[in-house]
Amino acid sequence: MKTFYGTHLPNPLMLGTAQYPSPAILERAFRESGAGVAAVSLRRESGAGQTFWQMIRELGVLILPNTAGCHTVKEAVTTAHMAREVFETPWIKLELIGHTDSLQPDVFQLVEAARILTEDGFQVFPYTTDDLIVGERLLEAGCEVLMPWGAPIGSGRGLNNEYALRAMRVEFPDVPLVIDAGIGLPSHAAHAMELGYDAVLLNTAVARAGDPQMMARAMARAIEAGMLAHQADPIEPRDMAEPSTPVIGKAFLS
Amino acid sequence: MKIVLNGAPHDVCAQTLSELLEECGFSGRVATAVNESFVASSLRISHKLADGDRVEVVAPMQGG
Repeated sequence: MKTFYGTHLPNPLMLGTAQYPSPAILERAFRESGAGVAAVSLRRESGAGQTFWQMIRELGVLILPNTAGCHTVKEAVTTAHMAREVFETPWIKLELIGHTDSLQPDVFQLVEAARILTEDGFQVFPYTTDDLIVGERLLEAGCEVLMPWGAPIGSGRGLNNEYALRAMRVEFPDVPLVIDAGIGLPSHAAHAMELGYDAVLLNTAVARAGDPQMMARAMARAIEAGMLAHQADPIEPRDMAEPSTPVIGKAFLS
Repeated sequence: MKIVLNGAPHDVCAQTLSELLEECGFSGRVATAVNESFVASSLRISHKLADGDRVEVVAPMQGG
């Protein structure tokens, strides 16, 4: 498995911490999935922040703070600085939202913010589209990880553009690639791993499932299955049947 | 002094950012920004506030 800015992950699942029915269920989902990375955010302190921080620390996982909801470079950069201080990590999941309904990243501002933050010592995990040229620009800006969307955040639609995601894998063979957003089912996560992606970041699919703990387990197993399948060098699909049982030696009975 | 703290108007005695945090009961792990610019925790004690400043105090929260 590739490293993320020099860090080995225990497994390829990065799990968000939002929208769970309760903190206890969040904790169980993490334990059940074995996820090694927790996505977190910053919001105005209303008293709940310190309890949440304590719980996340006790999970013993790596912390990936995000800049969710930021629409400008300045906003994202300021948020990243605040996150680095609060969470004591140079990692930042850089989100720069360009469209309110689809939450599609504003890739132009994303590249600019990635450059500023990299120069400032951050290790940027950019939430991006599946556009190859944007990917190249992000790498030029100093990113060592790319996180293309599978589908819009929270939509649960899976991998909307398999062709583009395949192309991205081929174009950037040595770059850790993470499918971030859009996963709804374990089969989607397995699909991402079968394509050779290095990790999957998901949240809603687990947190909003009827049984988040069980879904967390299902996701972890699907991700492992997909990863093993990719490593096992799967067969190519073909149009016509090819008998798997040997033809030679069949008894002549007609 | 009148400031805006996390979007709400406040009338405070504090002259610096660290005094403001104390006056408003913030403790633990928070990060601060004044007028949309990050202020590191080590600089709060020397950061003088001015009338009309917009102060943001944020803390860890659930995210995806």
